[in-house]
Amino acid sequence: MIRLTWLQFRLQSAVALAALAAVALAVALTGPQLAHVYDTVVAPCLQRAPDSCGPTVSAFNNSDQLLQTVLNDAVLIVPALLGIFWGAPLVARELERGTFRLAWTQSVSRHRWLAVKLGVVGLASAVLAGLLSLMVTWWFGPLDQVHANRFDPSVFDLRGIVPIGYALFAFVLGVTVGVLAPRILPAMAITLVVFVGARYAVTTWVRPHLMTPLQQTQTITYSPGFGLAQGADAGSGLFLIPPDPNLPNAWVYANVAVDQAGQPPSSQFLQSACPWATGGGGDGGSGSTGTSQGSGNVTTGPSASGGPTADQLHACLSAIDARFHDVVTYQPADRYWTFQGVETAVYAGLSLVLAWLCLWWVRQRIA
Amino acid sequence: MTAVIAAAGLGKRYGRQWALSDCTLAIPAGQVVGLVGPNGAGKTTLLQLAVGLLAPTTGTITVLGEPPAASAAQLGRVGFVAQDTPIYPTLSVGDHLRLGAWLNPSWDQALAARRIQALGLDPRQRAGKLSGGQRAQLALTLAIAKRPELLILDEPVASLDPLARREFLQGLMEVVAEGGMSVVFSTHVIADLERVCDYLVVLVASRVRVAGEIDALLAEHRRLTGPRRDLDTLPPGQHVVEVSHTGRQSTLLVRSAGPILDPAWTVEPVGLEDLVLAYMSQAQGTAQPGPTLREVSR
Amino acid sequence: MIEFHLDSRSGVAPYLQIVHQVRHALRLGLLCEGDQLPTIKAVVSRLAINPNTVLKAYKELEYSGLVASRPGIGTFVVQTLSGAPLVALGPLRNELERWLGRARRAGLDEESIEALFRDCFRSHAGEDVA
Repeated sequence: MIRLTWLQFRLQSAVALAALAAVALAVALTGPQLAHVYDTVVAPCLQRAPDSCGPTVSAFNNSDQLLQTVLNDAVLIVPALLGIFWGAPLVARELERGTFRLAWTQSVSRHRWLAVKLGVVGLASAVLAGLLSLMVTWWFGPLDQVHANRFDPSVFDLRGIVPIGYALFAFVLGVTVGVLAPRILPAMAITLVVFVGARYAVTTWVRPHLMTPLQQTQTITYSPGFGLAQGADAGSGLFLIPPDPNLPNAWVYANVAVDQAGQPPSSQFLQSACPWATGGGGDGGSGSTGTSQGSGNVTTGPSASGGPTADQLHACLSAIDARFHDVVTYQPADRYWTFQGVETAVYAGLSLVLAWLCLWWVRQRIA
Repeated sequence: MTAVIAAAGLGKRYGRQWALSDCTLAIPAGQVVGLVGPNGAGKTTLLQLAVGLLAPTTGTITVLGEPPAASAAQLGRVGFVAQDTPIYPTLSVGDHLRLGAWLNPSWDQALAARRIQALGLDPRQRAGKLSGGQRAQLALTLAIAKRPELLILDEPVASLDPLARREFLQGLMEVVAEGGMSVVFSTHVIADLERVCDYLVVLVASRVRVAGEIDALLAEHRRLTGPRRDLDTLPPGQHVVEVSHTGRQSTLLVRSAGPILDPAWTVEPVGLEDLVLAYMSQAQGTAQPGPTLREVSR
Repeated sequence: MIEFHLDSRSGVAPYLQIVHQVRHALRLGLLCEGDQLPTIKAVVSRLAINPNTVLKAYKELEYSGLVASRPGIGTFVVQTLSGAPLVALGPLRNELERWLGRARRAGLDEESIEALFRDCFRSHAGEDVA
């Protein structure tokens, strides 16, 4: 049965191997160079004088732009492709073409027939996704170091071992849909829709709750991201933007400035503590790389064009710090692999459930 | 004699429609059985129930003493070729033989290779490029080479040209001559029945109309012609299958265990084709076949 | 070796056709004592008929004492049909010719003669009279 599965799987595995080889070639040709540039140019710069590295970092981020997109897209879509092209047709093709009347009258039980196919092609899917992810994760190493945003879904989903879980899940999902909807094209379409839906659901509603996030309280300081903004509507007053928590590679759920009672500073308080903040005219200033919230003006640090003086700033901050603290809710960076492992296990568990269901259904089907 | 296929009250329903109803059969071993009936009569349903591709709605069926597809071993004792001779178009002829060898412990590679060679099939050719006759022969080879005790064929020659049909039957009969195998095949063509089959089952409109060894059926059925008269003047023990009256003459097709003693009737044997046609033209609905009155004006 | 053929439209049972063909061959001297009849497998593979049919025919011939089967080897002719029947044909032929003359003089045309003959032949062959 294993040999038969390989016989029927020949073409698909050849296509996959060719594609994987192409990726490996691209990665092998450009990866070392990328790492070299990082080691010799970017890393030393960041160590010596982080603030002045802007252009260097920008240039680095833009290198091999096309390949960056291609590799990321590859890891993103490969699980879905495996579900559509390896999973959905596995049983649906036999049902649609009538060849199940040949396959299920040989001296092999239906269960064994399907179980071996699930096992062999499922393993191949996992290996393919694993190798691809390995290569892409390695290649993106330097770039990910610079961005320090491993928990961001646009990075987390495309690195490490989670693509293996996605691929396995998509494949088994495809097979199950093919057993229930025994025509190939509808099975492929349904598999895609359900897979995308499941990925969205898990990322949005399951992943945040896999572990309880930590909370960290810190003093509000004049550091990048800090700002006082005017609300966009007339009369909506000032609000406080806490500084960036400076937790590289962490997943920040929330970053709010609150007092003992959990209330944010009111507009009146801010206006009295930092009177220079009202009336607009402010701009970014040299200490800020912060985001602006609302479409009001953001006034921050001292600048030549009429920002607060150092004393005014100091007074403002002292007043704020007396009552308010910055509370950051986050997953620390060192939990990255735990999250990778747990999410992969979740998808693997779902795959096992689906596999059991589809073995049960294939017996009932047609009969 | 043990029955290769035994059905009791077997029925299969799709939605509201009964594809097969109240089917009770005991098909003996070691025979070539013809399952005859018009299209849509339920032949494919019965055969697919026998190999476990369908599950019954009512009643039971056992094949070689076990429920169909009860185990891998039982699947190995039954060979099946479905109606459209499914094969994998992208696999070669040789690949199909490998499929047979890998999936069937009782596979006889020498027999398979011999047959393929005798048929002139190229093992490297893709099965999708074969003609209809070649496909049927490949499918038959796959079913035969696992040395089954029972071979079930669903309309194996329906889509074949006369030469391919003849060659298919030649190959099949050769294998039967080698001994031991029972064959059940369905067809809606009556012409080949008498030369190929020992046992006959007539299935019309989801019901079994008549079943039995062909020699016995031919011995028991008679055509009676004589002057026109009422049916109740027949002695008991005669079972009228078909009747037609003209102004002066009555013609009956009758099944009876003993000889017909009434001198007014001219008694003749019935050919197999006429016998099958008579049962096929019977009215639907009754479990016991009854007489059909047909006024034929001449 | 004799080769059989089957006429599926003749109305005669297949096994009987084989029996007749063997007897015919014996009569004409195409089969002699010691000749082997084709194996069942060979007949079946040529004619596409049920092996039991051939078996039945050979058993009937064996019962008539014309052939004998040696298990594992084959079926062989042990006795020919003598030419005596050819001699008996003479008087029968004369009778038939006289009858034909009478039928023509009675006004029957060829078709009517044939119909009458076939009707009598069929009912004589298959009738269960009591």
